[in-house]
Amino acid sequence: MLRLNNVEVVYDRSILVLRGVSVEVPEGTIVTLLGSNGAGKSTTLKAIAGILGPERGEVTTGSIELKGRDGWVRIDHRLPEEIVRMGVVLVMEGRRVFEHLTAEENLLAGAHTRRDLGAVRRDLDLVYQYFPRLAERRRTRAGYLSGGEQQMLAIGRGLMSQPRVMLLDEPSLGLAPMLVEEIFEIVKRLNQTEGVTILLVEQNAAMALTIAEHGSIMENGRIVLDGAADTLQNNEDIKEFYLGLSEVGARKSYRDVKHYRRRKRWLS
Amino acid sequence: MEFFFDLTVNGLLVGLMYALVAVGFVLIYKATSVINFAQGDLVMFAAYGAAVMLGLGWMPLWAVIPVLATGMVALGFVLERGILRPLIGQPVISVIMVTIGLAFVLQGLAAILWKAGTRELPLPVRVEPYVVGGVFISPINVVAAVTAILSLVAFGLFFTRSRFGIAMRAVADDQQASMTVGINVRRVFALSWAIAGIAAAAGGLIWGNMLGVDTFLALVGLKVFPVVILGGLDSILGAIVGGLIVGLVESIAAGYLDPYVGGGTKDFVPYVLMILVLFVRPHGFFGREIIERV
Repeated sequence: MLRLNNVEVVYDRSILVLRGVSVEVPEGTIVTLLGSNGAGKSTTLKAIAGILGPERGEVTTGSIELKGRDGWVRIDHRLPEEIVRMGVVLVMEGRRVFEHLTAEENLLAGAHTRRDLGAVRRDLDLVYQYFPRLAERRRTRAGYLSGGEQQMLAIGRGLMSQPRVMLLDEPSLGLAPMLVEEIFEIVKRLNQTEGVTILLVEQNAAMALTIAEHGSIMENGRIVLDGAADTLQNNEDIKEFYLGLSEVGARKSYRDVKHYRRRKRWLS
Repeated sequence: MEFFFDLTVNGLLVGLMYALVAVGFVLIYKATSVINFAQGDLVMFAAYGAAVMLGLGWMPLWAVIPVLATGMVALGFVLERGILRPLIGQPVISVIMVTIGLAFVLQGLAAILWKAGTRELPLPVRVEPYVVGGVFISPINVVAAVTAILSLVAFGLFFTRSRFGIAMRAVADDQQASMTVGINVRRVFALSWAIAGIAAAAGGLIWGNMLGVDTFLALVGLKVFPVVILGGLDSILGAIVGGLIVGLVESIAAGYLDPYVGGGTKDFVPYVLMILVLFVRPHGFFGREIIERV
C-alpha cells in the first residue's frame, strides 16, 4: 500500500535527519515504527504527508510510493492536499486540534478535501460512533476538551478525509494508561472494520507491538531492525531497551548492558 | 437629553462604518497573522475606483458595484501573491514594514492615476436628514449601517457555515495541522486578502460618499486601530463592538468637549480609550484568549 525506498531527508539544506529509510506497509495491516526521541520517526511521517516544507525540510533522495488503482505512484514532492486526496492522512504528534473551533467544526475541517456533503455527513456519524464522547461534546471548543478527547478528535478528524492509509504519530503521548488502551483498541478496530492501513509511530513499544503485525526500529535516522511484531517482542535487545524487561530474577548491573556494542552491532 | 440621543445614534451609525473597515483588517489578521497597515488605503483605492467609474458615466451604480467588488478581489489576490506570499515565514516586523510601504505606494498610485483633487462619489441617497423623535439622522448613515450589518452577518455565516470559512479559521489556529487535513494554506491566505478587498469596496463606497474621495480618505484606516484593539485583533464580533464603541465615544466627546477645547477631540479620544483598554485587557474585549488547559 505504501512504501519508502531509501528516503533521505535534509533539514535546512544541511542537517541529514533520515539516512536512507525503507519501510513497507502492506495493505490492510498495522506497521509500527519504534525508536527513541530524535530517531527520525516523526520526520518519516511528515515526509510521507508532504509537510516538511514549513520546517525547511526536504526529501533529497529515495522515493515514497503509494499503491493507487493503477499501480504504484510516487507521492514525494507532492503538495500535502494532493496527498490527502490520494488517501494518506497524518495525525500529528501532540494532538494539534484546532483549539478555537468546536469539535464538530474540527471534524468538518478534516473533510475539507471532499465535496460530497451527504457522504461527509455519514462519515461524521461514523466518527461519532467510534468516539461517542465526541458526539456529546460536539459543540464544545476543542481547546477545552480533555487530552484523551483531543486525541480522539485528532484521529476522527483524520478519518474524515476518508483515508486508505493513516499515519499516527504517538497517539498515546501524555495520556493515562487506560485511555491509551482505549485509543489503541479503536485504532485496531479502524484497521479491521474500516480496512484502514496504519503506520503507527510510538514510544510505547509494548503497546504498539501488541496491535501491529510488523515493526521497524529506528535509530539515528535509520531502520536498524525490523521484523514481525511477535519476533520483535521476543528479541532480547528489544526487551531490554524498549520493553524494559530482562531475565526475571536476575540481578542486574548496568555494567553488563553494554549499550554501545549492542547498538553498534545493529548499525553495521 | 435630545442632544445626547442625537450624539448616541449618530455615533453608533458611524461606528458601524468603522466596523466595516475594521472587518477587512480582522479577516487578514485572523487568517494570516499579518497586521495590514494598508487597509485604509485599500478603502481609499476602492473609493477612487468607484468615483472614477461613476464619473465616466458609462455605468449605473448597480453595475459599478459588482465591477468594483471584482476589481478589489483581484487587487487582493495580486497583493497577496506578489507581495505577501514571498514574505511567509519572515519576521513580523518585515511584514508590517511591507504593508506600511504598500500603503504609501497605493496612495501614490492613486494620485498618479487619478490626480490628487477631491472627487465626488454620488450615491442615490437623500441628503436631507430624517428626523426621528427630534434626532437628526442622515440617510447615508442609515444606508451605511444597513450595508455594514448585512456584510457583517454574511461574514459571520461564511466563517461558521462554509467549507472555506472553517478552513480559514483552522489555518488561523494551526497552519501545519491544517496542511495535514488537506487545506491549501496559500489559497486560504489569498482568499482572506480577496475578502478583505470586498470589505474595502463596501467601505470605500460609503466613506467616499461621506468624506469625498481623495488620498486623505486613507486616514479612516487609522481609526481601525482603536477599533480592533478594543475588540480584539482577530474577532469579527469584536470589530463590530469596537466600531460601535469608537463611534459612540468620539461622537459624545465631540459633542460635549469640543465647545471647551475648540474642536478636534474626536480625533484623539478613541486612542486614549485604546490605551486605557490595553492596560486592562491586552487582547481586547473579544480577542482570542489563549486557551490553556491545566
